[in-house]
Amino acid sequence: MTTAARTLERGRVGESVKRVDAIPKVTGEFAYSSDLFAAGMLWGHTLRSPHAHARIVEIDISDAVGMPRVHAVLTHADVPGAQTYGLEFADQPVLAIDRVRYFGEPVAVVAAEHPEQARRAAERIHVDYEPLEPVVDPERATEQAPIHDGRPTAGHGFRDDARPNVVRTIVIRHGDPDAQAEVSVSGVYELGIQDQAFLGPESGLAVPDAEGGVDIYVATQWLHVDRDQVAPCLGLEPDQVRIHLAGVGGAFGGREDLSIQIHAAMLALHAGRPVKMVYNREESFVGHIHRHPAKIWMEQRANRDGKLVNVRAKILLDGGAYASSSAAVTANASSFACGPYAVENALVECTCVYTNNPPCGAMRGFGAVQSCFAHEAQMDKLAAELGIDPVELRLRNALAPGDSLPTGQKITGSFPAAEVIRRAAALPMPEPEELPRDPLRLPGGSGNTTRGQGVKRGVGFAVGFKNVCYSEGFDDSTAARVRLTGTGNGLEAEVDCAAAEVGQGVVNVILQTARTELELDDVVLGSATTSSVGSAGSASASRMTWMAAGAVQLAARAAREELARRGGELKPAETIDVERVYHHRPTTPLDPETGQVTGDGAHVAYICAAMRVVAEVDVELGLTRVVWIGTAQDVGKAVNPQAVYGQIEGGTAQGLGLALMEEIQTRDGLIANASFTDYLIPTTLDMPPVVAELVEEPEPDAPYGVKGVGEPPTVVSTAAIVSALRDATGRDLNRVPVRPDDIVGLS
Amino acid sequence: MLAVRVELTVNGERHEADVWAGESLLYVLRERLGLPGSKNACEQGECGSCSVLLDGKLVCACLVLAAQADGHELVTVEGLGQDGGLHAVQDAFTETGAVQCGFCTPGLIVATADLLARNPSPSDDEIREALSGNLCRCTGYAKIFDAVRLAAGS
Amino acid sequence: MDVLTPRTLDEALRLKAERPDAVPIQGGTDVMVELNFDRARPSALLNLSEVAELRGWSRENGTIRLGAALTYTEAMEMPLADALPALAEASRTVGGPQIRNRGTVGGNLGTASPAGDALPPLLIGDAVVELASLRGERAVPVAAFLTGPRQNALADGELIVGVRVRAADGPQTFMKVGPRNAMVISVVSLALTVDHDGAEIRAAFGSAGPVVGLVTAPLAELDGFPERVSAAASPIDDVRGSAAYRRHSLRVLTERALERCLQ
Repeated sequence: MTTAARTLERGRVGESVKRVDAIPKVTGEFAYSSDLFAAGMLWGHTLRSPHAHARIVEIDISDAVGMPRVHAVLTHADVPGAQTYGLEFADQPVLAIDRVRYFGEPVAVVAAEHPEQARRAAERIHVDYEPLEPVVDPERATEQAPIHDGRPTAGHGFRDDARPNVVRTIVIRHGDPDAQAEVSVSGVYELGIQDQAFLGPESGLAVPDAEGGVDIYVATQWLHVDRDQVAPCLGLEPDQVRIHLAGVGGAFGGREDLSIQIHAAMLALHAGRPVKMVYNREESFVGHIHRHPAKIWMEQRANRDGKLVNVRAKILLDGGAYASSSAAVTANASSFACGPYAVENALVECTCVYTNNPPCGAMRGFGAVQSCFAHEAQMDKLAAELGIDPVELRLRNALAPGDSLPTGQKITGSFPAAEVIRRAAALPMPEPEELPRDPLRLPGGSGNTTRGQGVKRGVGFAVGFKNVCYSEGFDDSTAARVRLTGTGNGLEAEVDCAAAEVGQGVVNVILQTARTELELDDVVLGSATTSSVGSAGSASASRMTWMAAGAVQLAARAAREELARRGGELKPAETIDVERVYHHRPTTPLDPETGQVTGDGAHVAYICAAMRVVAEVDVELGLTRVVWIGTAQDVGKAVNPQAVYGQIEGGTAQGLGLALMEEIQTRDGLIANASFTDYLIPTTLDMPPVVAELVEEPEPDAPYGVKGVGEPPTVVSTAAIVSALRDATGRDLNRVPVRPDDIVGLS
Repeated sequence: MLAVRVELTVNGERHEADVWAGESLLYVLRERLGLPGSKNACEQGECGSCSVLLDGKLVCACLVLAAQADGHELVTVEGLGQDGGLHAVQDAFTETGAVQCGFCTPGLIVATADLLARNPSPSDDEIREALSGNLCRCTGYAKIFDAVRLAAGS
Repeated sequence: MDVLTPRTLDEALRLKAERPDAVPIQGGTDVMVELNFDRARPSALLNLSEVAELRGWSRENGTIRLGAALTYTEAMEMPLADALPALAEASRTVGGPQIRNRGTVGGNLGTASPAGDALPPLLIGDAVVELASLRGERAVPVAAFLTGPRQNALADGELIVGVRVRAADGPQTFMKVGPRNAMVISVVSLALTVDHDGAEIRAAFGSAGPVVGLVTAPLAELDGFPERVSAAASPIDDVRGSAAYRRHSLRVLTERALERCLQ
């Protein structure tokens, strides 16, 4: 465990700086999206589908309308503009029209003076459903009746796949996909549905203005793309919808899609009063998308010297009822399917399907988590088959600058895969702890199930990687605005950037960059809103540090140039106000037939991490204690080292959750464990100490050489932990989360 | 509908509110008394984000019926600091990087203050057990443990 | 919905007689979840938290009397934890400190979940539940009190006022299996005691049948006891675990509990 050093209040790039929002967050003053209040405010409530798949015969709101203190009861018939929305494809109804496609889909919304009144009113909306057979098995989905009319994702330059219920199919052919080698290992791997389980529930406040527009205060990851989806559905111009970032209680991908935004705004505009909506935890499980569950068939062919010759993978992702960002997740899962290894031949086929299961989309790791679990299990299997040390096998194949990915994209920037492998493998592991010990330090923890009986120790290792920033030709940019004002005895500086602070610390990145570039300590950060500055893009894809630093750097340098033109000084109240938009280098789509890159390449840059795990497993009860984790991560440049370590520790915990306990369980599409009682996330007694080494090899094209840091620990930790469990138990453990049944051999 | 009157002392101040009978103490604090520092993450006692001290005992405000707090004393995260300054635990959380999104933070700070009041120098196991009722989704807990040790040493 | 807040047990019994539909609430750890998630809207709540007679515990010879409002935190404290070690160990596995400060033994009986952590320790101690109403008092053995999953023998107008349980006179332990290392509803649990006076082993399991179950054996006849405990269970498959796993782990837990208590 680390020893805390005093942090700085107002540091610059490369220094550990105390969060600018830390004090309001520790005193309880920080206003999260569920904390908002406005005079005359109403409470919104959502009526949701109890079915995974049903036709709506009729919706009768007459009993609910006119209930005391109920001010609005709205259905799809009341949507003022476009009936559907979506991040990439507008396939999701604002409120269900004639069909519900997943359990919990919104059907009607109500506003009342007290939440209980809103709940009671929703109860009196009568919806006549005609249940339909749900499509719930992704392996059969392409043979069943389509759950969407037409093909919502067809014709976007994707490979033509005419089978029903296909969101996207990618086939990557690299070299000779039939190439043979001296040995071959294969396996089938599965991952359950993981939830982001951010603690702050979906919530926000919509306030109508006097001119027909609306202000929406909400926890989101991308203000401007929210606005661009909300405004058409409300039938308003973009500037009539102003989205303001309220305090965000965690995101992890789960706030990329809309939740309350349109509903609260519809209710507020209808009632002419502010409307607050707050999901409860049960509702939150149906209120956002999840990590795609996956089934992966994989074969690695290699020569006796350990050199990979050919990787063949088939990946099936269950996208659930609506597309969300599934198409991009499909691209990532396939791009990274072979792992951070140089391989000259590959055949990767990845399909994401629509089903009536919970909709899936972005979650930390975004397709790379699923692939990493499979390719790292395969690398362990290959090492065992060849009798080569697993770390050595990975080093022999480690991808390096100059090598190509199976998509044909050549790695041009920094890619220290071998270095992270060496550094993680060199971290000293703790010696086995003696018995007796407090059961808190044994598998089973506070359950007091063992004094040491059945406990075996295992060591695991894994490497993972993914991309930074958006891919496949998306015009990815971030705007920042810098204002300098003369004070009479110097300058005041204010920065605006709509980057969503979701807990990751981008507010500090912005301020540290501004202080560095302006050579000023006193810089003020404006609130994030669509009304003062251009789009920042999404706080996702590990991109926000790179992009915000780039934008603030550009704007600050432009402001300084202007200041120099004006003689280096500003008169009292004289201002310089500049806005600049930063773009990373362009990307281009994959060829829909070959899966090979066209033009500059599909991805901008990559981040990798290696991790070693020591675990103890009670092999008789199937219970686990992760003892220690050591990791080395490629971070480019640590802008705020303390925050970087925090991202690594927290990202590791989420991967631990997927490895050991986290899964949304469904029965015929219905969620069976929508609570924190039965959807378990790691506690203080589940997380081991995490020893992290930062590998700082600057990315040539990025400001200060930064990369991203949020995702690699989540990509790699699930694979590394299960590797340790396999070592302890001798079992295959090809599915996560690993269940006690799997360990004791009952499944 | 607001048929139940409750009178309670929060952070040393007397408050009155007329509430719906089914309301939790958490709702009353957040929505009626202007004290949203206690957080509404799970409302089922699983996450500890709404931890407060009820007559000196650490409880989840979501699991206390508002009427059960009638006539009782509460301390919330808003009432921990003294003389406008931060409580030592609050200061330690800002210092060690224990705060990311911060939604769990108020509950963890109240739980840590309660732990250190009962046990000024807890062992690492004691810290982990005492905070096992507080979920954090961002940090992986390491920096929270750093904060507790820092506060215990201060 | 009304809230009734009696100050004395007599008043509580009178209110419960007048409003038999009133749902008692003490620590709130079960009732409040039902309210917060709109699963229950009782016409009245009977707030028992001001009734002093329900609190605390006492000892009479070899019998411990626990007030219905005894919290898990209190059950973990000395000297009570010495008298009822399995209950103390079970209490340590309940939730986090916040839940242990509020959840009560009486509430665990009232909810009557097969996963109630206090129930196996009460069962191995021959616990008798004290019930009271305006009609008078009666004592019901815990095994007869728990009539089914979330069902108990409370009659109209009755409240749980306490429970009498035999103090341990030999080693005891409690174990609980959950898929994470704190804060879980048990997948399966086991309390076991060596009863030296009776030269008997008593084991009770939780979460492995519609109610908690008791299996006993003379100390001299322990061959196959773990298998007997496992066979006595009638577990189901649910989101928390499989029936096969519950049976399997019950056998392992019993083996380990015997080893722990007979050392």
